[in-house]
Amino acid sequence: MYPAAFEYHAPASIQETLGLLGRLGDDAKLLAGGHSLVPMMKLRLARPKHVIDLRKVPGLAGVREEGGSIVIGAMTTHWQVESSPLLCEKCPILSDTASVIGDPQVRNLGTIGGSLAHADPAADIPATAIALGAEFVCEGPKGRRTVKVDEWFQGLMQTALHEDEILVEIRFPAWPAGSGGAYMKFPHPASRFAVVGVAAMVTLDGKGACTKAGVGVTGAGTKAVRAKGVEAGIVGKTLDQATIEGAAQNAADGVDVQADLQGSVEYKQHLCRVFARRAIEAAVKRARG
Amino acid sequence: MATVTDERLFGKSIKRREDPRFITGQGRYVDDLKLPGMTYAAFVRSPNAHARIRRIDTAEAARHPGVVAIFTGQDMTGVNSLPCGWDLRKEKGVPGVIQDLAIVPHMPLSTDAARHVGDPVAVIIADSQDAALDAAEKVRLDWEVLAAVTATDKAAAPGAPVIHAGAPGNVAFQWEIGDAAATDAAFEQAAVTVKKRIVNQRLVANAMEPRACVARYEDATGELTLWVTSQNPHVHRLLMCAFVLGIPEHKVRVIAPDVGGGFGSKIFLYSEEVVCSWVSRRLKRPVRWTSTRHEAYLTDAHGRDHVTDAELALSKDGKMLGLRVRTTANLGAYLSTFAPAVPTFLYGTLLNGVYEIGAIHCHVSGVFTNTTAVDAYRGAGRPEACYVLERIVEAGALALRMDPIELRKKNFIPKFSGAHQTLVAVAYDSGDYPAATDKLLRIFDYKAFRAEQEAARKQGRLLGVGFSTYIEACSIAPSKVVGALGAGAGLYESAKVRVHPTGTVTVFTGSHSHGQGHETTFAQLVAHELGIPIEQVEIVHGDTGSIAFGMGTYGSRSGSVGGTAILMSLNKIKDKGRQIAAHLLEASPKDIEYSKGQFQVRGVPGKAVPFGAVALTAYVPHNYPEGLEPGLEETSFYDPSNFCFPFGAHACVVEVDRETGLVKVLRYVAVDDVGNVINPMIVDGMVHGGIAQGVGQALWEGAVYDERSGQLVTGTMTEYALPKADQLPMYETDRTVTPTPVNPLGVKGAGETGTIAATPAVVNAVVDALVPLGVDHFETMPLTPERVWNAIRRATTR
Ligand SMILES: Cc1cc2nc3c(=O)[nH]c(=O)nc-3n(C[C@H](O)[C@H](O)[C@H](O)COP(=O)(O)OP(=O)(O)OC[C@H]3O[C@@H](n4cnc5c(N)ncnc54)[C@H](O)[C@@H]3O)c2cc1C
Repeated sequence: MYPAAFEYHAPASIQETLGLLGRLGDDAKLLAGGHSLVPMMKLRLARPKHVIDLRKVPGLAGVREEGGSIVIGAMTTHWQVESSPLLCEKCPILSDTASVIGDPQVRNLGTIGGSLAHADPAADIPATAIALGAEFVCEGPKGRRTVKVDEWFQGLMQTALHEDEILVEIRFPAWPAGSGGAYMKFPHPASRFAVVGVAAMVTLDGKGACTKAGVGVTGAGTKAVRAKGVEAGIVGKTLDQATIEGAAQNAADGVDVQADLQGSVEYKQHLCRVFARRAIEAAVKRARG
Repeated sequence: MATVTDERLFGKSIKRREDPRFITGQGRYVDDLKLPGMTYAAFVRSPNAHARIRRIDTAEAARHPGVVAIFTGQDMTGVNSLPCGWDLRKEKGVPGVIQDLAIVPHMPLSTDAARHVGDPVAVIIADSQDAALDAAEKVRLDWEVLAAVTATDKAAAPGAPVIHAGAPGNVAFQWEIGDAAATDAAFEQAAVTVKKRIVNQRLVANAMEPRACVARYEDATGELTLWVTSQNPHVHRLLMCAFVLGIPEHKVRVIAPDVGGGFGSKIFLYSEEVVCSWVSRRLKRPVRWTSTRHEAYLTDAHGRDHVTDAELALSKDGKMLGLRVRTTANLGAYLSTFAPAVPTFLYGTLLNGVYEIGAIHCHVSGVFTNTTAVDAYRGAGRPEACYVLERIVEAGALALRMDPIELRKKNFIPKFSGAHQTLVAVAYDSGDYPAATDKLLRIFDYKAFRAEQEAARKQGRLLGVGFSTYIEACSIAPSKVVGALGAGAGLYESAKVRVHPTGTVTVFTGSHSHGQGHETTFAQLVAHELGIPIEQVEIVHGDTGSIAFGMGTYGSRSGSVGGTAILMSLNKIKDKGRQIAAHLLEASPKDIEYSKGQFQVRGVPGKAVPFGAVALTAYVPHNYPEGLEPGLEETSFYDPSNFCFPFGAHACVVEVDRETGLVKVLRYVAVDDVGNVINPMIVDGMVHGGIAQGVGQALWEGAVYDERSGQLVTGTMTEYALPKADQLPMYETDRTVTPTPVNPLGVKGAGETGTIAATPAVVNAVVDALVPLGVDHFETMPLTPERVWNAIRRATTR
């Protein structure tokens, strides 16, 4: 499969990239790992006239800690997220999530920024970004701005990113002590994308009550969403089996579930509930240490 | 000078000699070919499932830079329909025909209508592949979109859109086998009968290398060379020359170089290679076409797609009294090369299985739909038969509340030697069916499993075991027989063995290797027979320019049919060598025996000449027998007297996640009997791959058409779920060995056993896991989590 003809640009700085974006506008697409964009170009579902490769732009990749927050550069590959010692220690839900994306080839090239900018409805990272309360640092001609995760995913493959901006990094604010998280996914049998994926973060106090929770659901609908009903069902409660089970029943609320070959609306709603329960159970286990 | 070895290579797991080439990227595939002046073809394909063509406007596309020419079907005057190589007609004396095959035209580029998504209607020829693809998008299709039908069980319904004027009601043929009256009588006597709808869904072969061709016509000589991803280059040449293009066969050379898998899909003659050949003659320039993966999904012949109602009549104590089968087979939009044979003679003839059944009757109707043509896919008809039988037998066991193994054992055909005549025309060559099952049960430890299953159930876990005791027919087959059944070709094989003056050997075989490992197994056979090192043997295949003739590779026929042809030529070589050696040793040829690479005088140790010396003498015939031709090269054609019938017993263990319906395969044990085994490692590899495909059909694979639009929904690898290594357990494989008396090698065939046996084993296992919940059947595969979840829900809320 061959893409339609395009012109290739390899800028060497963010400034140069923004210049190109400004000049080429609609006709241009940023290229990160290429694992979403290139397949679409090969099928000619996307036909940008210009492709701007971010790989030569310095400073866009890497994982660091900054004032308690975890900061991950947009061009950091899934594999780097999966294997980062810092993440494995401080934020294992992120490395876990990255580790179940596609296969090793995909993880070696695909990037966290690409995934979050592309906002595929079946992508994994979005659920975890919601659960963690991520913030997106975007840079445009007027400088940088930060977007909260709840404003980021706006629709099917639509985000709050402006056309003249690039996503520079993603910040994950620190969670208090006694927190734990888990991502549980029901993979598509062919692509391995999430038919349904649920990420859950919980903070437990000394008595075992849940003081804070974040639950994100991906796969089932046209975009990843926060499962507010589930969060409300566990915050302030002691997380026994029945509480978790009960809260998980709300996992499909607010998800515009789409039927396809992988399942009817009813089945996918059911999967949302099952995987919400499993994710919370695993998160609680982790939070208890 | 050739050295001598007494290494016995037959039966040794030596490593595949071709693999270093493949795994270091040095394979030479069609798409690797670069010729001066090359042009590139891109096909304009129908985006609709059914449309009547008014006009194809190529003007804008023709102006695209780099475009050399554009052709539609209108331009291809004098070109005939792609032929169907299997003729089910009463007047031909083909047994069982109720309604003659409707031989509908299949023009390489359709001129009247598009009949499935992907149907080619024009071709762009350009200086680069990019230019061809870009220009293809600029062709305007002025046509009327028509209603389409894709579903097998709706094709012949009243009011369904008619796909071919020559096939009213979309029925392609009707055919039967067995004895309807005897079967009716058996059902009347039955204590228990079971009836199930059993759907064998449509599959896509998904060879790793997509189809490709390069056609080069040379004006100076009038010769056409076609490099093509073919499992049978001679068949390609014959069909293309004699039927479609009407060009002289001796001026056409077809080369199938390294070919990356076929699974049947590369047997057939396709539009693209015909069009490229025609274009190359017209433009006098080479033309290359390589399928994209998406095009492969849309145009490679699909497999299976049967809807069957099966009924089994049983006595109270579990004897199988009668089997009634009614199948609708979806042939797609056109008749692919061997399409009519697959759901008839490769299907109905296997319904006797390994059982003694009182009476059998099977009725098949083939139907046309607005889908990609369906033809042979690994197993071809036999997996469908095995699936029907092994599912209905399990259903019978459930109805009788009898252990499925016990029911099978009660009905096994006992061990036999000589032929066993079935009720469905064929006679099995040799078999010991109870032995394979006994061995399976020993390895599997059935008792222990049932205990484990019981314990797991108490913890709420759903474990199940499924069995499949299968038979298959392979090494297709005696020419006379297949001719009487409607085949348009003979089914023998040829082999030429050329001994070079230095004693090294080149074998030219009509079989074709596209993954099977012939360059190893055939060389093993030659080295073993001649007692020379395998390094001194070269196997040549896939070129009509160097090989006398060949029927190619499919239906697990290479080892048994192609191998025997080689053996026959080796025997002729030895006979001639014996005469030369006798002359050199001053003995009588009848006193010369051949052993360990030496011709020697029987009973006189030391009085011997090595193979290499005899070879040299044959080419430097100074001291040579009077009247004997120089040279050492022999050709044989082998036409077997019967099919071979491998068999075996497989067991699969699954666990079902009750909450999600997800099925996990925990264990897979296979005991196969493929007769004698030349290379056990290669046979194991065949079995492994076959099981993966069989499990794939049961759990993941399936070509799905949207009934409304006729679009293939599973047209890419991100939708069509192929099996992946991490979803499969480590297989436990073993064998029993019942050599076939049909050929002197005693080999049967090992290429398809896995795909035939595995699918019912898996489905039976899932049903077994769910029986306590009240689930007793699945009508449709694959058993997706949702289907399993729904079945559990339906059963538990009843
Ligand atoms: C076979 C296969 C299996 C896969 N399986 C999974 C899976 O299981 N789970 C999963 O989540 N994903 C899966 N993916 C997708 C994979 O994770 C992609 O890598 C990811 O979605 C996109 O990242 P990328 O770096 O490849 O982005 P690209 O494909 O390069 O870009 C995607 C889009 O994002 C834009 N973009 C990229 N970077 C930026 C930036 N810094 N700023 C602004 N815009 C940007 C591009 O312009 C483009 O529109 C799979 C992909 C393949 C091919």
